[in-house]
Amino acid sequence: MDKIKCECGHVNPEGTVLCEACGKPIEGNQHIDGNDKKTLLNMRYEGSARRSKTYTNSIVDKIWSFFSSVKVGVWLIVIALIASALGTIYPQAEYIPPEAVSRDPAVFYEATYGITGKIYYQLGLHELYGSWWYMILLALIGVSLVICSLDRYIPLRRALKIQKPKRHETFIKRQRFFSETEHVTTDEIHSVKEKLQQQRYKITEENGHILAEKGRFSRWGPYVNHIGLIIILIAALLRQTPLLFLDEYVWVREGEQTVIPGTDGEYYIENKKFIFETYSEEDGEIYKEALEKQEAMVPKNYQTNAVIYKKKGETVAGADPELEVVKEAEIRMNEPAKIGNGFTLYQAGYQLNEFHTMSFKVHRTDDQNEKALGTFTVDMNNPKHEYELDNGLTVKIDQYYPEYELDDGEPRSISKFPRNPAFVFLIYPPNETKPEVSFVGIGKNIDPTNENEYKLGIVDFDMRHVSGLTVRKDYTLPIFILGALIFMIGVIQGMYWQHRRIWIHPKGNGVLLAAHTNKNWHALKQNIEKAIANTSIKIVEDQQELDKDVSKRGGES
Amino acid sequence: MSLLQISNGMLYASFVLYLIATAFFGATIKRKKSTKKGFSEKIAVALTIIGFLAQLTYFITRWVASGHAPVSNMFEFVTAFGMAMVLAFIILYFMYRLTALGLFALPVALTVTGYASMFPSDVAPLVPSLQSHWLTIHVITVAISIGILSISFIAGLIYLVKFVDQSSRTKRTTWLEIVLFTLFVFIGFIIVSVSFNITGYEAKFQYIDGTREVTTVYEMPPIVKPHEGKALTSDVMKPWFEAPSWMLGKDAGRKFNTLIWSFLAGGLIYLIVRLIGRKRVGALLQPMLKKVNLDLVDEISYRAVAIGFPLFTLGGLIFAAIWAQIAWDRFWGWDPKEVWALITWFFYAAYLHLRLSRGWHGEKSAWLSIIGFAIIMFNLVGVNLLLAGLHSYA
Ligand code: HEM
Repeated sequence: MDKIKCECGHVNPEGTVLCEACGKPIEGNQHIDGNDKKTLLNMRYEGSARRSKTYTNSIVDKIWSFFSSVKVGVWLIVIALIASALGTIYPQAEYIPPEAVSRDPAVFYEATYGITGKIYYQLGLHELYGSWWYMILLALIGVSLVICSLDRYIPLRRALKIQKPKRHETFIKRQRFFSETEHVTTDEIHSVKEKLQQQRYKITEENGHILAEKGRFSRWGPYVNHIGLIIILIAALLRQTPLLFLDEYVWVREGEQTVIPGTDGEYYIENKKFIFETYSEEDGEIYKEALEKQEAMVPKNYQTNAVIYKKKGETVAGADPELEVVKEAEIRMNEPAKIGNGFTLYQAGYQLNEFHTMSFKVHRTDDQNEKALGTFTVDMNNPKHEYELDNGLTVKIDQYYPEYELDDGEPRSISKFPRNPAFVFLIYPPNETKPEVSFVGIGKNIDPTNENEYKLGIVDFDMRHVSGLTVRKDYTLPIFILGALIFMIGVIQGMYWQHRRIWIHPKGNGVLLAAHTNKNWHALKQNIEKAIANTSIKIVEDQQELDKDVSKRGGES
Repeated sequence: MSLLQISNGMLYASFVLYLIATAFFGATIKRKKSTKKGFSEKIAVALTIIGFLAQLTYFITRWVASGHAPVSNMFEFVTAFGMAMVLAFIILYFMYRLTALGLFALPVALTVTGYASMFPSDVAPLVPSLQSHWLTIHVITVAISIGILSISFIAGLIYLVKFVDQSSRTKRTTWLEIVLFTLFVFIGFIIVSVSFNITGYEAKFQYIDGTREVTTVYEMPPIVKPHEGKALTSDVMKPWFEAPSWMLGKDAGRKFNTLIWSFLAGGLIYLIVRLIGRKRVGALLQPMLKKVNLDLVDEISYRAVAIGFPLFTLGGLIFAAIWAQIAWDRFWGWDPKEVWALITWFFYAAYLHLRLSRGWHGEKSAWLSIIGFAIIMFNLVGVNLLLAGLHSYA
């Protein structure tokens, strides 16, 4: 490889633009950072030799250069941005509301939004964020991040480590902040040094050449934050594996006990009580006006009082498992319960007033007093096929609609939850084989033939609430948290601190003064003003003020 | 007097104080004599700080009175946003001592606060999903961060008003006018809302939202009625047309109607200003900024992003994710509000990269800061109007 020896004696790697030690522009390489066309030096990576700019021949070089370009990075970010925005035009498939025409995406989008909805669906925008190409986009950002960071971090670190206080005059003169003073006394230099130290600059010296530097660590901010981002992307990938991430849902009725899905039969939950509270006047005068304006009740609390059980020992096939209580928990919205083994239960949904049991009686149709000939009770979640009554009557359930609805004259159930139960009963009088048919629901009692001898009536019912809980196990969370933490550290490191350097370069009886910062030049200028106060040293001039360049003014478009 | 009345009084006081402070900031620019200028500058800054303290008192007393942080509905959140903008201005003022910043930042903050007061301001109890300290932390951090990011927009706007050559009409002057016109629309909104509120105007409509039949109350004459809506109030103005079916969201028709009124009123004020001034609004403002240093404004605009971006990441993404994880059992759900927070974040990341590596300083950077603010405002106003309707937490 062609190493380049600078006149200061330092040997630089191939592709170096500014000597790592003294900053002298290395002839023949100035086109790389565009210095040949400008009076000011491009200081972005200290003119260090970056692989992407040095080797550009083989395929690997080309791919490396491609991904290490910030231009490509920005394009990837902008594409991700636009893609994300497209996905918000219509709701994503998972957010199709329950009351929609149809929950089938193939129907929903066209029916609801017309032709644009159809296009939206056909382009796959309804499941955008889980689509392969969105994933690839994120993965490409990840690749770009890694390569971009490696390409710059290593040479930049070298250049900052090797830099000497003594810089080449060309380097000094071609800085954005520069001034030349003809006569300066040693006392004055001393005073400047002291005042710089007071402002917490670190001073290094070499033969009267002075470098004052602070906040170098902020230069690593972007690399740190990119590591954080990579960790987050990795966590997102890991989350796709069932090993680290589990998502289940369970409905438990009050008074019931059921196995918690996803736990391999390890854990059981019993719903002791589901509490649903709404705001009322007792909650304070102050809410009165707001509550009066609301048409519906404003919910205050959703809560499941649950007992969590764990299986004890090995189960014998067929036998009920032996259970022990792990904990009693009050699971509320915003207060999930950890149940052990990495599982967490969240209060996610509820069904109020589901029918639990319903009791019926049978009486003669012509009996004014409706005296019961027999009664029976149906468990809505577990209806029996046949009920034998005391006096020899038999009632069979022919049809059961847990949530009854008349759809175009056809009875059907819109869910399997007993919210509006209805039955088609067959009543067999004693010693008869031909049944009478009866249709009974809430507020409905229909005799299709109008000839029935017996009639059914609801005598009692029992209601209860059902609680819906999400079951989660997510071992990727710590990885996300770590990534977010590192990102925040890096971004603060890079944003709230700046890397500032001031060079004092003796020349004849005077000095050349130059300064550089990676951001916030006004603040740097204030530092210098403070440092040179009461000396004859001239304040640096900004050789690149935006104002100066009148030709750039936005006249023509 | 109840605590809530004190609170409301303080909010009102802060509004008036900012208004007077703006006038003093104006004086700092016109006067030539430096002593007088220094004097008005001191008064302007003092009034701004007192106004901010008054608004802070509003915030704290309302918190105490209602029992929860006053960031739980649009009125409260947008007010907090306006307050954060003033705070951000004060911080950046003390870093850079640029009075022109106040001259632009305060009117925008006033407009935002005025916009907030158009939403119902009753103290409402919290539904279960909102009963979380993480939500409070999330929303307050977001308000502060977008307050700071807005100062980037203000500085960008100042940059462009000074920079863009007004001697002839160009693409640049047109875009700048569009940006300024948008501010007029917000002011128009406030004026029509207040006017019709005073007259107590009401027109009711019935329409189908999904499968439910709902009524909506217009507080402005209906230029546009809800999609397939039926008028329930007689002897009101007959609507000219009907809202298109793709406008989703709760009360889309009513909001669209409000939008039209705001454009009409904003347009009218704009026209009057142009007729009196006989110049583009940008050209009218330009002379005020004679002494402003473009480099400095550019740095302020960038500095605001440098401070605001990490805060936005923390509040808008990380705290939001923590709350969502606890409340909704998932830290990320691709809900439109969330996605637009992500878009905002991507956008400012792109801004930082472009600035750092592609040298997008000065004018380009200023236009970007305006787009950034537009994205923030879209998430605040537009998502509710056009996209949402699925998630109750706004
Ligand atoms: C697409 C891949 C990406 C590439 C290639 C990339 C590359 C870079 C580079 C080269 C720098 C400048 C380092 C320097 O000059 O010292 C940088 C800085 C930075 N990057 Fe990225 N980046 C990428 C994605 C992201 C993303 C997605 C974010 C977060 C949203 C991000 C946040 C930042 C921040 C905050 C800085 C510091 C900027 C500043 O100091 O002004 N980057 N990035």
